[in-house]
Amino acid sequence: MKGLPVLSLLLWLCSVYFVGIYLFVSGFLLVRLEVNRTSGCGDVLQPGQEPADFCRVQPRFRRVVLLVIDALQLDFARFDPGNTAPRPYENKLPVLEETVSSRPAHSRLYPFRADPPTTTMQRIKGFTTGSLPTFVDVGNNFASSAILEDNLIHQFVQTGKRVVFMGDDTWESLFPKKFHRSLPFPSFNVKDLHTVDNGILQHLYNTMVGDDWEVLVAHFLGVDHCGHRFGPDHPAMAEKLTQMDGVIRSVIDRLQNDTLLVVMGDHGMTDTGDHGGESQKETDAAVFFYSPFPLFAGPLSQSEPDVVPQTDLVPTLALLLGVPIPYSSVGQVLLPLFPPHGQTEGAVGGLSQLEALWINAKQVNRFLETYSTMAKDIPPESLSQLKDTFSQLSSEYLTTIRGGPSPSPELATSLQAYLTSVRDTCRATWAQFNPFKMAAGLAILTLACLICFILSELSFALNGENRSGLKAQVAVALTAGLCVAVCQLYTRGYIEVLWCVAAAAFSSELLFLWRARQSGVCAVAKNGSIAPKCATWLTPRRLLAPPLLVLLLRCASLLSDSYVVAEGRVVTFLVFSLALYIPVHLNWDSLLLPPSHDPLKPAGLLPSPALSPSTVRKESSTLLSCLGLLIGSLYLSLSFHSCREEQGSCQPSPFLSPLSRLQDSQLKNLHYILSVVSLGLCTYLLRCCLRHYGNLNSSGGTVFTARCILPLLSVCLGLHWAVSATPEDTFRNLTELISLAQLALPRAAFCLLGLGLFLIWLDPLTVFVKTRAEYSARGPSLPPPRYRASTGISPQAELHHLIPQIYQRMRRSLDDGELSGGSEAESRPAVEAYGLGTVYSAPLLLFCGLLGIGLLLLHPEGMALSFLLLLLEMAALLHIHASSTNLKGLQGTFSGGYNVPWTPIVLWSLAATQFFHATGHLPTFPSIQWGAAFVGFPDGHTGTTLPASLVTLNTFAAHILFAVGCPLLLFWPLVCEIRGSRGGRAFGEGGEDAVMEMRLRENPQQFSSALLQLATRYLFIHGAQVFASVCAAAILRRHLMVWKVFAPKLMFEASGFVVSSVFLLVGVTLVARVDVAVGRWFKRLIPDASR
Amino acid sequence: MWDHEIRAMASTHAIIAASVFMVTVLPAVFVPGFSVYGTHLLWLYLVSGVVTAVSVAVFWLLGITPPTKKHSLGYKLSRLFRSCLYFFLSCLFFHTVVVLYGAPLIESALETFSLAVLLTSLTTLRCLCVLGPNVQAWIRVFSRHGAMSVWDTCLQITVACTMVGAWLGAFPIPLDWDRPWQVWPVSCSLGAIIGFLTGLVAAPAWIHYHRKHLTYKCK
Repeated sequence: MKGLPVLSLLLWLCSVYFVGIYLFVSGFLLVRLEVNRTSGCGDVLQPGQEPADFCRVQPRFRRVVLLVIDALQLDFARFDPGNTAPRPYENKLPVLEETVSSRPAHSRLYPFRADPPTTTMQRIKGFTTGSLPTFVDVGNNFASSAILEDNLIHQFVQTGKRVVFMGDDTWESLFPKKFHRSLPFPSFNVKDLHTVDNGILQHLYNTMVGDDWEVLVAHFLGVDHCGHRFGPDHPAMAEKLTQMDGVIRSVIDRLQNDTLLVVMGDHGMTDTGDHGGESQKETDAAVFFYSPFPLFAGPLSQSEPDVVPQTDLVPTLALLLGVPIPYSSVGQVLLPLFPPHGQTEGAVGGLSQLEALWINAKQVNRFLETYSTMAKDIPPESLSQLKDTFSQLSSEYLTTIRGGPSPSPELATSLQAYLTSVRDTCRATWAQFNPFKMAAGLAILTLACLICFILSELSFALNGENRSGLKAQVAVALTAGLCVAVCQLYTRGYIEVLWCVAAAAFSSELLFLWRARQSGVCAVAKNGSIAPKCATWLTPRRLLAPPLLVLLLRCASLLSDSYVVAEGRVVTFLVFSLALYIPVHLNWDSLLLPPSHDPLKPAGLLPSPALSPSTVRKESSTLLSCLGLLIGSLYLSLSFHSCREEQGSCQPSPFLSPLSRLQDSQLKNLHYILSVVSLGLCTYLLRCCLRHYGNLNSSGGTVFTARCILPLLSVCLGLHWAVSATPEDTFRNLTELISLAQLALPRAAFCLLGLGLFLIWLDPLTVFVKTRAEYSARGPSLPPPRYRASTGISPQAELHHLIPQIYQRMRRSLDDGELSGGSEAESRPAVEAYGLGTVYSAPLLLFCGLLGIGLLLLHPEGMALSFLLLLLEMAALLHIHASSTNLKGLQGTFSGGYNVPWTPIVLWSLAATQFFHATGHLPTFPSIQWGAAFVGFPDGHTGTTLPASLVTLNTFAAHILFAVGCPLLLFWPLVCEIRGSRGGRAFGEGGEDAVMEMRLRENPQQFSSALLQLATRYLFIHGAQVFASVCAAAILRRHLMVWKVFAPKLMFEASGFVVSSVFLLVGVTLVARVDVAVGRWFKRLIPDASR
Repeated sequence: MWDHEIRAMASTHAIIAASVFMVTVLPAVFVPGFSVYGTHLLWLYLVSGVVTAVSVAVFWLLGITPPTKKHSLGYKLSRLFRSCLYFFLSCLFFHTVVVLYGAPLIESALETFSLAVLLTSLTTLRCLCVLGPNVQAWIRVFSRHGAMSVWDTCLQITVACTMVGAWLGAFPIPLDWDRPWQVWPVSCSLGAIIGFLTGLVAAPAWIHYHRKHLTYKCK
């Protein structure tokens, strides 16, 4: 086999796909321009007054205490005295309600609505800058970098206020060197409930009593971490909230008259304790204002807002403390905190409601003007409308100020309406797309899909031609890229690398298509037999064959949000339909049952003597039982699904939560035993399979991996689960040991996994050679030893169930050149090679299994069952494919070659998506299993690459396993072949030998083209799905659900494609590596054997 | 050559289709509170019953049912018993398949079973009428060269149409349109019945147009 051309062709295809995806995504994901200007004291002047420094004016409050309780959901803050049986998170913060009812002029509790994404860093950005988040920011949560936009902290520091900060260290990275004093505590370890909070409490009260601060920020993380670890409905949450209640009480006691207290949650949490999305439970937090000095004009009235948007905190705090509102804030002041107009005089100080609104509106208008000169994304008509509104309002206000009639309440209302409409306009337009990039990405992706399809249909005709072709493509691509770069340099003065790469990809695609057309014509001209193939590959009849129809349905389903929401079930439905189609189709071709004896049929037409009814019946029953297994695992896999927030009445699978969250110890034990049993079953089945085909006899690296590393890895995994499931407070004296084990066991497993994969790579051969002189007496009269070698085998080999692979045929074909076929079979020494028949599939299978167990380590324990189902479904698919090929081959309709038809490949790749869902994943950001980043690193990470790659491996585990195992589809029909069923040429005496995968070595040309075809078909199926979700995102970019459903789906589909293609390449490379090793092995053996 | 057979088939199908139509319209006019969505299960069972009765009657009158070898009463009774047994088993089979396709296991078991009964009376019953209680023959019919008469070809077409209709009927279920026909199992049973009616029309038409190319082995 020529591995290199196949690999390089695949690499080129993948990179073209990547370029297309990257181009589209960079045009699709929103970019909001950051305005790098800051407000100053001079530019917020009161109209009609002499120029005075705004910051010099005596503010309403001198100091503020900002207590941020991470994930303080609205329900936590409410107090219901009628609730006699509160849940762990209810009625645990009575202080808020008590204060509000006893001192209504001093305090308020509002619902506080965050903008999605509800992740902590985005929220800190949101409630300090006052601007709206964009989609791109989500990815930055691992490495939060400093905020460059104007923000509250900057303004405080600018006006000489001393900011003291304690708590979540995210702040420290967002505002480096801004704080007067800072006490950051590590936030990354979500299992740690107390470090941050206790650290704050050690310093909070001392600091408050002191007088070296004007702004005190304390960010508590315990509630959030408790939610992540145990969920809200857990006694630990009650404990944590009660602690917070005490904190708030003590802070209130220590407040002075000139100090404002704000207690707020940055976001909420779902019923499972997660956040990040935009369901109401995640966005609705609570905010509580309190001051020892009367703050509000009166008790709670009707005119007060129902819900306070999070951005509104920024202008309110700024004006209350007498600092300018940050430049790019689009928030609106909270009116109830300002006195009504006309009551400002006297001791109160500060601004009246109307003044505050005016300053706010002026700032927002200034921001809008600056922004509209920098970016053109706000639609001009709404911009001009907003400007008109503002100029009208400002003239009205100015007449009021200059001694006109007393201000009407309508003015305040219309100022508020103006601010609200600015905010809504911004929210709507910060979904800005780059249509050129999107169109270019779509074009490249379309061509890439087309190329994949052509390549997969014509791989046999094209493979020979393309050996030199790739060089030309690379050359053309480089030229085109350079041309575009030079053009850009001349016209614009700078180079945008993206466009160069796009031009390169596009030109190489066009070149490929042109060459394919040429060579297709050539092939037709040269060889008449290919002509029908070329002519018919694009007819509607072929395109609408059921497997492609199922693929089409799958792609169409990505265009509807309902189907994306129900994706797990949709894919299972499609897999089930296509699986049922296989026996129905076989029956339609009368291949499923042995044909009834037909006296009319002339005997000569019977295809082969192998067509005995018993063989057919055996194959059919294998097929049907595997179909049953497949259907069973499909059905069971439905019970491992997680739930999207859109699915109302859906219960997430009980296996998804880690064992440490379960409180019932009996249930815990049951789950643990189930997980360990299925893990053991996985390992056992894998070993059984290898042993069955005689791959465990030699002493190479792969065999060592299978014999030692695989069981060891499983043991490590089982122990790790046991350790991580132990409750923290049961073995107090063993705490050190447990924490050591939590560190060491997963790391040992990672090392074993790495070692195993490396050994497989190093020495992939699993062949055990036995040279026997007396074996040469074997003639055609002897029954070929099929399953058990009867005589003279070493005891070690005799123990196992072997398939002796007869090497003779191989040698004969190799020696034919030298010996010109003259020698007799009896005179040659024979070599028996055990496990040669599965020489390609055994390392691949082991690689796949090892990887599977490694990936299981990153999942919650209960997923072991799901991984067992995955293994079973893989086996069922392979066997169904093998026996349907056999059935076709048995009855003479075998088409020749080793090409894998569409049906099994479509099933294989849909199964990847199906198990993406059945391992508890969903294409949404909040459902990412962040816990995977802490396996083996319970104390968090320093870098971002390692946790990111661990989370990626966890998320796309199913994609990885199915992509690596993809070449097995090519090998399995050969592994399970029925003797003498194929290869009409060698049908004589030689046909009786079980040659299995050695057939592939006899036909390296066909082997490589079949492998290429398989890989391109797999890539095409995944690529078509990416294409469909790209189309969905492009067409529905103004759809209501685009940020909730389509954009995350696109991201997941694209990353899934990238991961799949990388691991498909790994699988193909492994096959090429084995091929090289087999070639070497033969070279070594031949002089040896013919000695 | 088969003109009178095709004509017989067309009129049979017309009778069955008319009975399905009547059983939908008549109760809607005369029975208060009857509607296809509202009292769906009732309608389902009505359709199943009528299709069963009419098919059995028509096929018995036409004499399509393969002649029994023995004419003893006991043999006929055992055939009848086996037919009933197969009917029931086929209901269970369809129920299992529908559940495996993703229907709720316990909650709406009655609805699922009703759908299974409908599918059985639209497909299996026809097999019973045309081929008798002989599973081997059923499996044989559904292959490329398995049809032995015009009626076998017709059976292939109607059964395939019904199945595809029921399969397509599952498609609108996940959509968030909140229509009354999206409720389980309304869309599937509607799909099955529409597919069945299409099959009733399509089978004679297809056979008529392809009558030159159809060749059957003698029985």
